[in-house]
Amino acid sequence: MEILKAFIVGGLICVIGQILIDKTSLTPAKILVLFVVMGVVLGAVGIYEPLSKWAGSGANVPLTGFGNLLVQGTKKALREDGLLGAITGPLTSGAAGITGAFFAGLIVSLFARSKAK
Amino acid sequence: MRISNEEYSEMINKTAPKSPIVKDCIFAFLFGGGICAFGEVLRTMFLNMGASEDNAKTYVCLTLIAITAILTGIGVFDKIAKIAGAGTIVPITGFANSVVAPAMEFQTEGRIMGTGANMFKLSGPVIVYGCSAAVIYGVIAYLFKLY
Repeated sequence: MEILKAFIVGGLICVIGQILIDKTSLTPAKILVLFVVMGVVLGAVGIYEPLSKWAGSGANVPLTGFGNLLVQGTKKALREDGLLGAITGPLTSGAAGITGAFFAGLIVSLFARSKAK
Repeated sequence: MRISNEEYSEMINKTAPKSPIVKDCIFAFLFGGGICAFGEVLRTMFLNMGASEDNAKTYVCLTLIAITAILTGIGVFDKIAKIAGAGTIVPITGFANSVVAPAMEFQTEGRIMGTGANMFKLSGPVIVYGCSAAVIYGVIAYLFKLY
């Protein structure tokens, strides 16, 4: 049941992205930015966290979930450090995903070479 | 309005083949949903292994990033992405691919300015705008005590 919820919610979020790609001239790079910022906005107004609780990975795995993660981390940092948390919170909460991706990229680039295009 | 069968099938023929968007959306839904469903399976697994809610989320992200990195490395990710479209771009796999693919592509330009610099080429904007938006949120939340 949880898996079905994740499938449907996650799938629908991706469909929104697909419609944007097909109907507008947005490049995938812009889609990535748009979805993260959208996640920050939806997280900030308090819509995304309930969705994340309900749909689990269906809401967390899309990049909107990454945006929401930044908001939740900032909120936590505000509680601990006050205004300073507004600066330290965002990157701290995104640290695992960002560092993980960079490290994985570095390792893979040692072994794999992209084929000539 | 009455439409005969012939007229109807003519209407369908006019619209249907010209809208790959429907097909694109179906694939985006299936692949994107599939990745999220797989993420949920992983999350349940990590929770059962005793991880906290927050940590389980993080482990799911890291696992998907690692899988994306490997699939990008062996050249499979691009093939999937061609069919899946937004289905692989919108999930965290899209972010991971945006780091790993340039890292591979630009290694001919050297480890530092090739791989090192170009990893940020696509993912940099995501981090810059995501974090900046969160800072704006943080300042507003601080001023109005919304935390």
